[in-house]
Amino acid sequence: MAYQEVKVKTPLSMIVLPVASICSFFLIWEGLVDFGFVPETLLAAPSQVFNTMVVKLSDPNPDGAVLAVHAWTSIQEAFLGYILSLVIGIPLGLAMGWFKVVEGLTRPVFEMIRPIPPIAWIPLTVFWFGIGLTGKVFIIWIAGIVPCVINSYVGVRMTNPVLIQMARTYGATNWQIFTQLCIPSALPMVFGALQIALAYCWTNLVGAELLAADTGLGYLITMGGRLMRPDIVVLGMISVGLSGAVIGVIIDAVEKKLLAGIRR
Amino acid sequence: MTPTSPDIKIRCENISKTFIQKGHMEVPVIRDVSLDVRENEFLVVLGPGQCGKSTLLRIIAGLETPDTGSVTLDESPVTGPGPDRGMVFQSYMLFAWKTVLSNVELGPKLRGVPKDQRREIARKYLELVGLSSFEKHYPHQLSGGMKQRVGIARAYANDPKIMLLDEPFGQLDAQTRMFMQVETARIWDQEKRTVIFVTNNIDEALYLGDRIVLMRGKLPGVIHHEYLVDLPRPRDHTNMDLLRMRAKIIDETELVL
Repeated sequence: MAYQEVKVKTPLSMIVLPVASICSFFLIWEGLVDFGFVPETLLAAPSQVFNTMVVKLSDPNPDGAVLAVHAWTSIQEAFLGYILSLVIGIPLGLAMGWFKVVEGLTRPVFEMIRPIPPIAWIPLTVFWFGIGLTGKVFIIWIAGIVPCVINSYVGVRMTNPVLIQMARTYGATNWQIFTQLCIPSALPMVFGALQIALAYCWTNLVGAELLAADTGLGYLITMGGRLMRPDIVVLGMISVGLSGAVIGVIIDAVEKKLLAGIRR
Repeated sequence: MTPTSPDIKIRCENISKTFIQKGHMEVPVIRDVSLDVRENEFLVVLGPGQCGKSTLLRIIAGLETPDTGSVTLDESPVTGPGPDRGMVFQSYMLFAWKTVLSNVELGPKLRGVPKDQRREIARKYLELVGLSSFEKHYPHQLSGGMKQRVGIARAYANDPKIMLLDEPFGQLDAQTRMFMQVETARIWDQEKRTVIFVTNNIDEALYLGDRIVLMRGKLPGVIHHEYLVDLPRPRDHTNMDLLRMRAKIIDETELVL
């Protein structure tokens, strides 16, 4: 018994309106600067930003590195911190959700550290690691681990209790229930954490780079500010936004593929 | 204590259970229930909602501990849930992320039976419940009746000594429910097991049971009456003897509304 797939047409307005929205956003922005409503010292027009981008692709001046180097530094830092927060946060959260001992031991410390904004760690990390890669990876790790732990914990806790009873009547051990029932049940929540943690990591990366860095997209934005170059600032902002969006789309695609078997 | 006769499979002796609600309110759910189930008997526990019948089943399953009394299976006491008692739940309780075949394989897989063997077992019982062509489907692709047949196949595949069915057709529409009763009778006839079947439906009880125990319609639950349904199978819902017994049970059902 298979159902026939029916293609649902997207209404034209759902294509035209978003395109019109984006075009008018850039047109109004361009107009505001070109016709002098906003002075060029305060905001750069999209065309200027584009020119700066083309220049920055090959010219390390005035901030010390070409655009690709800044982007690569940021992506490296974010990726390392993000992966570390997943690798440690998700198993920790899952175990906290199922094993009372783990919960009792780790939760109080976690709850104590959780409300401290990751950026507040910056001075300490500068003492410990300087302004290089390690310090920023640490900040990003702190930022990313919180949603990983919480979502995994809640995911395990939300496992249908009757399903757990069912598994017990079928002779499942505590460990089998954890690995074969609680973890699969928690997966949708865990994948939610992948997206939330990424957003946290990316935001805090830029924050960390604004304060302590020598390359990176956040550093590019800071330098643009110090040099009174709004075009560089906007270029940095757009690069951060675009790279973040691209990573988000990739994770979304991975999630869809892995979760294909889970339907509720 | 009377010695257990050889064909007694399950013996419940003087079981009582009280739940504590909202921290201090005591709700006596079952009082002093004693019950023997013979080997390969199809026993139906019949009663209206909120009469303690599901709690009784959950105590036999080992999911609840009785305050007083004891449950013995083959003369050894029940202390917790275990694979010797296969349970079928009203809300199916299938793994949404596993195929029909993997769901049925659950029990053997948990016991570490090698893949080929457990596949074979699972396929055998899928065939028994008539779902062979659906082994690669996921639960969300099945109707309610089919899901419950997977639940029944899963219970059989674990090779339990007794089967516990907790209002298994409670979520089905009337037509599917009748069909499932016919199927259950057929399956049980092919693969005899000791069955305790909990329901609130008199027709279901009469169609399926060798024996029906009727529970009182209010808490704490006690066994009110017992009926031996000595009618040939497959049964007919319009059989005169069956209808007479139906009238008697309705008369003797004590409802508190």
